[in-house]
Amino acid sequence: MLDFVELWVYLSATPLFGLTATLVTYVCAHTVYERLGHAPWANPVLWTVLLLAALLELSGTPYPSYFSGAQFIHFLLGPAVVAMAWPLWQRRHELRARWPALLLAALAGGATAAGSAWLLGHLLGLPDEVLASLVPKSVTAPVAMGIAAELGGIPALAAVFAVLTGLAGAVSAKYLFDALRIHDPELRGFALGTAAHGIGAARAMQVHPAAGAYAALALGLQVLLAAPLMPLARDLFGHLF
Amino acid sequence: MQALKGMALLLLCQSAGEVLARVAHLPLPGPVLGLLLLWLLLNWPAVRPSVASAAEPLLSHLSLLFVPVGVGVIVHAGLIAQYGVRMLAAVLLSTWLALAVAALVLRACLPRSPAGTDEAAR
Repeated sequence: MLDFVELWVYLSATPLFGLTATLVTYVCAHTVYERLGHAPWANPVLWTVLLLAALLELSGTPYPSYFSGAQFIHFLLGPAVVAMAWPLWQRRHELRARWPALLLAALAGGATAAGSAWLLGHLLGLPDEVLASLVPKSVTAPVAMGIAAELGGIPALAAVFAVLTGLAGAVSAKYLFDALRIHDPELRGFALGTAAHGIGAARAMQVHPAAGAYAALALGLQVLLAAPLMPLARDLFGHLF
Repeated sequence: MQALKGMALLLLCQSAGEVLARVAHLPLPGPVLGLLLLWLLLNWPAVRPSVASAAEPLLSHLSLLFVPVGVGVIVHAGLIAQYGVRMLAAVLLSTWLALAVAALVLRACLPRSPAGTDEAAR
């Protein structure tokens, strides 16, 4: 028994633990998700996060020692943002033909996400650094962290908000779209990529290829628009409040 | 090998983006500048197969990449316990609003298709 405890203490402190636990849990959660026919509530990111958080809590493993392994996965977010050039480039003709509509929808959706989050948070009395971390929540996590830092927020908290937003969108969008009678996969995908970044886009890709392509497009547009426009909006409107 | 070449290209673009952002004090994060640089590189046909073989697997498992940050919620347990319900309300409501606005604005701005193809399919 003592050997087992010693072994656990050793294993949980090496990077191997965080990396293995993340991959194994995700693979299992994804298998269940596929078995359940991609039911929104069975979202693999949601369940992986809950299971891993419970595992860390129960085993008393501190987050930094988990992250020492998981950082190898986390690191890939940067190259993944760069890689979004590929789906965007593949859709360049569509982008050229429809750019006024796509740009307008991306701006309206992005401004609604950031503006309503700020207004709601402000009305609910959240402190300034939490508000600044909340505003970029619809932009994919690595970029949201950069924007939050620029706005005076807490990057790690911004990443958490981005993940929560992505999960909220991926889990609930289907019901919202059904209620609003939005049935076109392109519209659904574009909205998911705009409001719920990578996690929403991943959901769209699993449901319909056209939805996935429009989600990737919307996600890329948000990244390109939010990074320069959010600090600009703060400079323009910040003094009003 | 194609995938490795592609990954090397992605990392090169990201590194160049990080350098550019710092040297030129641009308001864009390094990976976003890397995206723009890669877009320029894609005009050169020779890089396309390798970029595709690195980008496609990376983007098809994009949701996995958010797990480490998601688990980080427990680090902010104190802040979340203090403001949890209010933060969650702001996140949920603004996400629903943004989903609806993005979809409805795009539908209003695209008069023929995809609404047109949808009608043609019926």
